[in-house]
Amino acid sequence: MDVLGNYKSAISARSTDKDITKKSQDGGIITTLFAYALEEGIIDGAIIAGPSDEPWKPQPMVATTKAELLAAAGTRYTISPNLSLIKEATRSYGLDRVGIVGTPCQIQAVRKAQLYPIGMRDVDDKIALALGIYCMENLSYQALEAIVEDHCNQKMESVKKMDIGKGKFTVYTERGAVSQMPLKLIHKYVQPGCNVCLDYVANLADISSGSVGSPDGWSTVFVRSMKGNAVWDGAMAAGLFETKPMDQVKPGLDLVKKLATEKITKNQKNVDARKTIGLKADGTPKGLRNPYESP
Amino acid sequence: MGLLSTIKERIFGRRPEKPPENPEAKPESKPEVKPAASQPQTKPEVKPEAKPEAKPEAKTARSKPHRKPEEKPEVKPEAKPAASQPQAKPAVKPSDVKVNEKVEVVQKEEKPVAEKISIGELHLSGCTGCLVTLADNYEGLFKLLDDYADLVYALTLVDVRHVPEMDVCLVEGSCCLNDKLSVEELKEARAKSKVLVAYGACAAYGNITRFCRGGQWNQPGHEAFVPISEVVDVDLYIPSCPPCPQQVRNVAVMAYLLLKGNDEQKSLATAYLTPLMQLAQRGNEACGCDLMYDVINQSLCMGCGTCAGTCPVRAITMEYGKPNVNRDQCIKCGACYAQCPRSWFNFDVMNNYEGIMGAIKGAMQ
Ligand SMILES: Cc1cc2nc3c(=O)[nH]c(=O)nc-3n(C[C@H](O)[C@H](O)[C@H](O)COP(=O)(O)OP(=O)(O)OC[C@H]3O[C@@H](n4cnc5c(N)ncnc54)[C@H](O)[C@@H]3O)c2cc1C
Ligand code: SF4
Ligand code: SF4
Ligand code: SF4
Repeated sequence: MDVLGNYKSAISARSTDKDITKKSQDGGIITTLFAYALEEGIIDGAIIAGPSDEPWKPQPMVATTKAELLAAAGTRYTISPNLSLIKEATRSYGLDRVGIVGTPCQIQAVRKAQLYPIGMRDVDDKIALALGIYCMENLSYQALEAIVEDHCNQKMESVKKMDIGKGKFTVYTERGAVSQMPLKLIHKYVQPGCNVCLDYVANLADISSGSVGSPDGWSTVFVRSMKGNAVWDGAMAAGLFETKPMDQVKPGLDLVKKLATEKITKNQKNVDARKTIGLKADGTPKGLRNPYESP
Repeated sequence: MGLLSTIKERIFGRRPEKPPENPEAKPESKPEVKPAASQPQTKPEVKPEAKPEAKPEAKTARSKPHRKPEEKPEVKPEAKPAASQPQAKPAVKPSDVKVNEKVEVVQKEEKPVAEKISIGELHLSGCTGCLVTLADNYEGLFKLLDDYADLVYALTLVDVRHVPEMDVCLVEGSCCLNDKLSVEELKEARAKSKVLVAYGACAAYGNITRFCRGGQWNQPGHEAFVPISEVVDVDLYIPSCPPCPQQVRNVAVMAYLLLKGNDEQKSLATAYLTPLMQLAQRGNEACGCDLMYDVINQSLCMGCGTCAGTCPVRAITMEYGKPNVNRDQCIKCGACYAQCPRSWFNFDVMNNYEGIMGAIKGAMQ
């Protein structure tokens, strides 16, 4: 598979709903698609990264209204274990058609849960819409705190928006201050599990989206599966997005491809390095477990 | 996609996929026309290997008195032509495709049942939840039994007293070493089956029976319960307590492809079943602690939450993005680790998720 995965179309897009773009991270693709899917009965609810009692700490939640979707819009650069609700959504919440948003690794988890539903009773055919967000790396909550409070010198609760782009981690506060730190410096804070991740643009999602490749405020969208295609066509027909062809926006698909290649090449090296990390008594290398080979 | 659409056409494609999806599928589904034309050729391949298998069939006839053998010829002819519908886009094609398929229907009528595999369930020290799980496929179970597998042995479901020969034996429950019959039957099942599956957490890992210390009614003398792999070699694991109906269904369909399919189908089934076979080699101890030992301690956890979502007894909570296991609550079923995308993730299978899921769905219609 290509580093960008299989896709039927790649588009630059932005939501036409101003309520959404006011709160969304980029073009509001995820929130708009879920709102549309709820409205149309394509999903009964969506598992998203909801608010919690700590600032910028996401708490997975099942949203069934647009208001709940809006309250959870925007990116939290820390782990939101959205899969923890996937079976629960079909049980306590009683959903027959589940939407879920996740990073590429989380979408991988969704597909494994469908193909190998070992402890996922009656879940496989209830996943109605799996939306992926691009992801270079993720951070523990404590790492995010260190970045925002120690490096950027802002209080977590005073931050209005966080963003990664153009080689910088940027923090915008409620009172208008902007603090930045170079992305290079956050490397030591990246959660270790990300170092073996071989997917940048959520190759296994129905539709995946991220900011890279499109102008500020716009998103790059890959429409991948049959399901994704149907939902995207429907949302387009309903006038929910303005779009531009990818070859007419800057920096365009080339940048997405470049970053995807960089990430996968680097992490493939990490996966390989694990094989020879140690030493056996006979002088040959001793390796760590490789999840891409066997359990 | 080529491989999968071929499989769909040859084995499963008796009904069209959801019609609305097909118009979008145009670019992909065009190549499907060619494999479909070769359908009649694949059938003779199946027949020679099916003939020797015809003998065990005699046994199975007794086990399923409630299923009418005549059903087969009726179902096939009506369903077959439907398969040509997805290909009906090129305006000229349908007529000759249909002719081919009529030929094939005639061939199928001769030995419809001989293509099936035989499956049995050996019940050891388990709670019958695993067996009920099989039945929890509802209509899917009937579909499995109609088209893919004969159930030749199972508590209450099949009136057969003694362990018969079978292609696939699902073993439910751990093995009580203090019960001679359990040990003997398990060994006999091993000897008489091609593929022996530890079906459910008790068979695979001991699960809740790991906590037994004897002194319970009505067998106070029974206290040593071990995963079946202590007594026999096990080919494949299906963990969790109880296992998931869709998982055993998928394994049954894949076992069918493995034993009765053509080369392409065999390789798909092998790829699919491999991690579950590797799981059987990995060991017979499971615990929520595996998430610590084999995922977090191995620098592999990325906090997706699958483990917490999977655990049947809700022993796992996510604390700041990482799993925390309530070890007293854990029943040692192995579901969390097996379901974790960082225990294994086989891209060759996962990248084809759409086709494989479509194929399994098609098989169940
Ligand atoms: C850790 C992380 C790293 C990322 N790295 C990149 C990158 O390198 N390049 C790039 O182009 N894009 C990246 N993104 C994606 C980007 O930040 C936006 O989330 C994406 O473009 C969607 O924006 P939107 O306006 O369409 O979505 P919105 O309408 O704002 O909706 C975003 C949705 O994502 C959910 N969400 C928020 N945080 C998380 C989380 N931590 N885990 C799971 N779901 C969450 C929200 O609940 C909401 O439903 C990253 C996102 C995350 C979480
Ligand atoms: S880098 Fe990969 S493993 Fe890490 S959060 Fe992103 S998708 Fe998951
Ligand atoms: S399922 Fe695996 S990767 Fe996901 S949170 Fe649990 S241990 Fe970590
Ligand atoms: S933590 Fe839960 S899922 Fe994992 S082995 Fe224990 S009971 Fe099973």
